[in-house]
Amino acid sequence: MALLEIRNVTRRFGDFKAVDAVSFSIEAGEFFTLLGPSGCGKTTILRMIAGFDDPDAGVMLLDGQPLTGIPPERRPVHTVFQSYALFPHMTVAGNIAFPLEMAGKSRDEIARRVAETLALVHLEDKGGSYPHELSGGQKQRVALARGLVNRPRLLLLDEPLGALDAKLRVEMQSELITLQREVGITFVFVTHSQQEALALSHRIAVMNRGRIEQLDEPDKLYGLPANRFVADFIGKINLIEVEVAAASKVLLTLKAAGLGEIAAADARPLQPGERGCFALRPEQIRVYGRKESADLKNRFDGSVKELLYLGDVTHYKVVLANGFAIEALMPNAAPGRAKFHEVGDAVTVCWRHDAGIFLRD
Amino acid sequence: MRVEPPPPPTPRPGGGGDGGSPPISGSTRLARPGGGARLWLWAASLGVYAFLYLPLAVVVLFSFNDSVLNAEWVGFTTRWYDRLLHDGDMLQAAANSLLIAMVSSSVATLLGAMAGIAMQRYRPRLLPFLALTPVAMPEILLGVSLLLFFRQVLDLTLGLTSILIAHVTFSIGFVAVIVRSRLAGMDESIFEAARDLGATPWATFRRITLPLILPALAAGFLMAFTLSIDDFVITFFVAGVGVVTLPLQIYSMIKVAVTPEVNAVSTLLMLLTLSVVILAARFAPDTLKAKA
Ligand SMILES: Nc1ncnc2c1ncn2[C@@H]1O[C@H](COP(=O)(O)OP(=O)(O)OP(=O)(O)O)[C@@H](O)[C@H]1O
Ligand SMILES: [Mg+2]
Repeated sequence: MALLEIRNVTRRFGDFKAVDAVSFSIEAGEFFTLLGPSGCGKTTILRMIAGFDDPDAGVMLLDGQPLTGIPPERRPVHTVFQSYALFPHMTVAGNIAFPLEMAGKSRDEIARRVAETLALVHLEDKGGSYPHELSGGQKQRVALARGLVNRPRLLLLDEPLGALDAKLRVEMQSELITLQREVGITFVFVTHSQQEALALSHRIAVMNRGRIEQLDEPDKLYGLPANRFVADFIGKINLIEVEVAAASKVLLTLKAAGLGEIAAADARPLQPGERGCFALRPEQIRVYGRKESADLKNRFDGSVKELLYLGDVTHYKVVLANGFAIEALMPNAAPGRAKFHEVGDAVTVCWRHDAGIFLRD
Repeated sequence: MRVEPPPPPTPRPGGGGDGGSPPISGSTRLARPGGGARLWLWAASLGVYAFLYLPLAVVVLFSFNDSVLNAEWVGFTTRWYDRLLHDGDMLQAAANSLLIAMVSSSVATLLGAMAGIAMQRYRPRLLPFLALTPVAMPEILLGVSLLLFFRQVLDLTLGLTSILIAHVTFSIGFVAVIVRSRLAGMDESIFEAARDLGATPWATFRRITLPLILPALAAGFLMAFTLSIDDFVITFFVAGVGVVTLPLQIYSMIKVAVTPEVNAVSTLLMLLTLSVVILAARFAPDTLKAKA
């Protein structure tokens, strides 16, 4: 049985549906992420799970029991707030002890668990400090410790890394993974950073306008996006407008206006004339000089419009015959000065026939 | 601070006190004026301070003067204070004032805190106006309307109860504003965090809200206390004949003459108010501004 099951949950604010018939379930021990642009309903879902808001329709089951009518303090669910929400008049140890005190634990147990949890987040020497004496990253750790200390069934984290600078963010990301593995508590993580979601999660639900567009493992989301929104939201991608020209069992021929035919692989039964877009990741594309040969099915001529040298890789923007600017990413893997193209160079972009995918509209 | 010593009749000395003090904050410091302009500024502020505090100083000085006349310095004495201690009417008035101040500021603190919390939490539109109107209303108007209300509508016999109700009425707003401004500076999610971590609404109030607003409650209480203890206008209307407070007693005494005894009691009242205000300022440094 799933730890948390959400069935057809809807939350309206006036006429506006902040959460629209959302269903998903989370297994115990999972690192589950809700990912989506600002205003897509992520926080609203967390608030309903925590008990600060109620669904207008649908059910939420925790361990098979409906959550309806149970106040926040009686749910075995704790939250790490984006603003940390540490109690300013209590020390770090006092903050972490709070959930244990509320649960009526004994004094000895509280002392022991607080010490353990402080060690878990590497703040052994900060127990006596007040929140205003801590750095952003330390506050973050205290908030995490406070959420974890009483072993909730579910820990909700609402953009917990949003307020940290880039370097600290990356550090905390790997700490979060380690921490979650160590304590074995189920995490429901909210972010609008796709990079963060990909790095941390077991599974990700990509949300848009109150709905779940796709729910999958990170590599599936990246490699096989279900639709235009997901393809565009996760990572960089080229979306080329196409129409199905011919479809056999394995080979799909697409027609792109002003460009010609694109060969692709697709096992779905598609009909000629279907419209959609062809989605292709920049790192799947090779950029060659006109004279160089490459034994790849898809070859299109163009010229380099922009390039961005980043050391390990170079980003190219190549304008094709139909005016479409395709983005490509080439690793500078050869030793010595890598041979790269200059702006204005005539080049050929190529990719394998199974490099991209066709997304039906 | 409405410390109004009878002689000479200066309009609300304390009210302008804040305006005269130099800016403390360095963030909005203006360029310093040079030469002659500077001299003028000094002279002007010296003049303002003189008008504010000289009369008070005179009252204090003459309360120790060994002469029944407030005319010239004769010699040092404490006999006026001694006489105060044996003046039955005066002691009764002081006891009344203290009792009224204690009770009314306690009640005002309780109700004002509730109003302040509600204002911050539920953002009602009407409540701030309702709580603050008595603060802004001219005292004479409040006095007259309370008198009419007690007599015509409630048919209440004027006395301790009517004074208490009146004092609570004009103090609530101050407490509410102080409590609200304290809460406004706080991250609201801490209250949700407490619930989330297992605290019932009551436990959340006791462990989180109450400790955090405690300084505001103390400041609000002390503020209400000073307002009550030196209120004259409103008390004058709603006191009736039976109960006399300290300001009423002083007023009835100076109708005859400004005796050194009046100076002595004024000095004591001033001392009390001043220490309470200083105490309040320590609890919440921004309360004085809230009152101004
Ligand atoms: N109490 C409310 N009253 C009215 N509208 C609300 C309320 N709470 C949220 N909304 C609306 O619901 C939508 C979803 O809000 P939510 O806070 O869940 O977004 P989010 O995905 O968490 O966004 P962000 O990434 O910016 O935090 C928003 O359009 C928001 O304006
Ligand atoms: Mg949000």
